[in-house]
Amino acid sequence: MAHAPVLLSKRALIDRSYLEHRAKVLDLAAFIDRVERASGEDGDDFRMRALQACCALLLDGKPHRAQRVLELLSDQTLDPIAKAGSKGATGAVPPVAGGAR
Amino acid sequence: MYIDPHIHMVSRTTDDYQRMALAGCVAITEPAFWAGYDRSSPQGFHDYFRQLTDTEPKRAAQYGIRHHTWLCINPKEAEDPVFAREVIALIPSFLKCESVLGIGEIGLNKNSRNEVEILEAHLDLAAAHDLMVLVHTPHLEDKLKGTRLIMDAIKNQGRLDPSRVLIDHVEEHTVGIVLERGFWAGMTLYPDTKCTPQRAVDIFEMHGTERLWINSAGDWGQSDPLAVPKAQLEMRARGHTEAAIRKVSFDNPMTFLSQSGRFKIA
Repeated sequence: MAHAPVLLSKRALIDRSYLEHRAKVLDLAAFIDRVERASGEDGDDFRMRALQACCALLLDGKPHRAQRVLELLSDQTLDPIAKAGSKGATGAVPPVAGGAR
Repeated sequence: MYIDPHIHMVSRTTDDYQRMALAGCVAITEPAFWAGYDRSSPQGFHDYFRQLTDTEPKRAAQYGIRHHTWLCINPKEAEDPVFAREVIALIPSFLKCESVLGIGEIGLNKNSRNEVEILEAHLDLAAAHDLMVLVHTPHLEDKLKGTRLIMDAIKNQGRLDPSRVLIDHVEEHTVGIVLERGFWAGMTLYPDTKCTPQRAVDIFEMHGTERLWINSAGDWGQSDPLAVPKAQLEMRARGHTEAAIRKVSFDNPMTFLSQSGRFKIA
């Protein structure tokens, strides 16, 4: 897939963008903490499970992480659904759709 | 200098036209889309098409920006096929307008059967009038499946040349399959739900710059009409040449859009 080299060195990329991504990791950690501290019965929400699966994928040491995260969050079925029940998307595959849709 | 080939200026202020011009925008194309609510009658679309073909070109011209458009009923309003076909029937009367480049942004939203039916009706219209096509691919979890269904529908139509079809809103999981099948691909720089400028530049580095463009898809939601110049800045900061920056933000849209015979810069 590599078509053109990344023009900056590893060190230059890290110097340029480490703090930005450190902040994003902290945002994610704080978000998970916030959901855990909140009241309600939705601790097993499919979107939170999807986020955990994405985090695990980031640590598997394999390349093309962005592509694989998007695939993990995608409906993998092939046929059109009978009717569009809503206009919006959730960002992860709802349980009803996960394999059944 | 740049072209934003996908932006919904009916939802933006005149100040945005001025800021875009100051940032180097010389031309835009505006696909028809969903207004945030379902229109109650085909007449509502007739008025919208007048806005796209008459009002917006004048507003853009005040800032030296050339405005072009694509017409359709957006897939978010395609779940009622009878209504959608009434809207599609309005389109031919607007095709004589010099700023109309083709049919768009058509495609799928939730990948339903009715949406597929109306997508096919739009593709038939494009083929009948030898028009170019701008395709919207679905959001988030629906994008991969929808992109596959859309490409199959275009192939099944049989008379549309993939080199005159741009499939928009590609991301890392769809860009490869779109380019492999001979289509042009668009990357939309949009907060949270599509590409960041950083990821778009990653995709250029991984897939090259042939048949790829960038756009803002600025609209009534949280979005950035200056997203294309921000991606130019990102490329520059990462050491890409001015020629490469110009290719993805000006030359490529110019090449694709010029196939219409109607695309002009100011």
